[in-house]
Amino acid sequence: MRQSILSDNESPLIACEHVSCTYGNSPVLHDVYLNINRREFVGIVGPSGSGKTTLLKAIIGSQPVAHGSITVQPELTIGYVPQIETVDWYFPVTVEEVIVMTRTKTKWWPRITIQERTAVREVLEKLGIADVAQRHIRELSGGQQQRVFLARAMFCQPDILVLDEPTAGVDVRTRHEILHLLADLHAEGLTILLTTHDLNGLAAHLPRLVCFNKTILADGSPREVLTSKVLEATYGAPMEVLEHGGMPIVIDHGRVAMRGEGK
Amino acid sequence: MILALDIFEPYGFQFFRNGLVVATIAGALCGLLGVFVILRGMSYIGHGLSHAVFGGAAASAVMKVNYFLGAGIWGIVSGLLIARVARRRVIGADAAIGVVTTASFALGLALMNRYGQASKSIEAVLFGSVLGVKVVDIYAVASVALLGLAVVVLGYRKLLFSTFDRDVAQVSNVRVSLVEAVLLAMISLTILVTMRVIGTLLISALLVIPAASARMTTNSFSRMLWISPIIGAVTCFVGMNLSYHLDTSASATIILLDAFVFVVVYAIAGTRNRAKMSSLGHL
Repeated sequence: MRQSILSDNESPLIACEHVSCTYGNSPVLHDVYLNINRREFVGIVGPSGSGKTTLLKAIIGSQPVAHGSITVQPELTIGYVPQIETVDWYFPVTVEEVIVMTRTKTKWWPRITIQERTAVREVLEKLGIADVAQRHIRELSGGQQQRVFLARAMFCQPDILVLDEPTAGVDVRTRHEILHLLADLHAEGLTILLTTHDLNGLAAHLPRLVCFNKTILADGSPREVLTSKVLEATYGAPMEVLEHGGMPIVIDHGRVAMRGEGK
Repeated sequence: MILALDIFEPYGFQFFRNGLVVATIAGALCGLLGVFVILRGMSYIGHGLSHAVFGGAAASAVMKVNYFLGAGIWGIVSGLLIARVARRRVIGADAAIGVVTTASFALGLALMNRYGQASKSIEAVLFGSVLGVKVVDIYAVASVALLGLAVVVLGYRKLLFSTFDRDVAQVSNVRVSLVEAVLLAMISLTILVTMRVIGTLLISALLVIPAASARMTTNSFSRMLWISPIIGAVTCFVGMNLSYHLDTSASATIILLDAFVFVVVYAIAGTRNRAKMSSLGHL
């Protein structure tokens, strides 16, 4: 029921139809219809607790679906980048070990081979962190941590990259770097799906946005989706949308009130 | 003072040689599995299972059933009960282990009190008895050790992946539940074959302390898999010898030796890490 296989190359990479998930007795996802097509760059936005991560987990197959179906292309390889806050940074592994562990088919003695070492170097170089291979994962900066897990996802040459809050807890510069990196990967032909709560820093720059709170409230370009009406429905709080340099900028009510007091 | 001649004195006894071999292999085996026990936060499961099996060992001694059969079945039943109780989310796995294993342990003690004639072998289960080592014990421990080594070598990356990042491993087609079942089965087998020789208390300690010490010496998973069994084996070997000369319990001596190693490593690693982390201040 959960994951059937599509055969047509023109059909979406991932198709969610009428998907619902529950946690105990409370519904987390309700009646979700979502198609992800090849070469798309899609961002899912919504408040914390809106079920964004659950939706991603349902798509990658680690969260059981209560109703409906999620259909994926045959032999679709998904590169998943978890929220970096969920990683155990004290775990005794080096960057190289983290990346290589995804290749679980080895000879009987599980040593890292020269070919694997070269492949790891290549992917790290691509992401601009070639010199961290032998470091313990705790000895990395926030931006490097995010890139290491991106590198791990890239290592298996995925058809689609799925990232959960890739800019949570990173500084402005790192956020820019990650956004540019993802844009480059997308330009090279990779399909990308991510979640974010960062409306101005990340979501407004993406070609397609999905506003989400337990179900899909709007789906389209930032210009179409980032409106006061949609955002209020998504976040349950009044929000104002301005325009600056052709880009929508979201201002939540709290911030406007504070600015008003300052005057 | 112990003279050179005295050092080799215990080796004149067959029971000591057997006990030494079993304890050393058990130390290495527990050290190896201990790496996964501490990295997965399973310390309490190891502790709980070893105490649960004690109940089974006592029952099989009283009912004169084969030890491996009785304690083995008992261990499996305890495991299933823990899983069953833990499914009630309001209770939680740690409390479930607490309930099932202490009840099993208490039942073992009660049987020991009621049927005093069986007490000797039950005490041996609790504290271990090098006197009781039979050749079959050596074979049993050695086979489980070889099996454990094979599992860790052949399944290395799957074990590492599912330990470090369960969700992503599952998505990457690693059969995480199978990996977990195999690990739990290995830990149970280890407890089963070593219990009569080194005792419930020592198993709990050996599944945790050498791996914890090893963790502090290295940041590499593969190196930890070497260091932990070596610490386990060496402390068991030295501890057995010491216990003969000091006339102390083998279990107690080995645990104290492991704890001593831990304290020394803790002190050294603490100083070293502070220096290392301060040199990374620019990140």
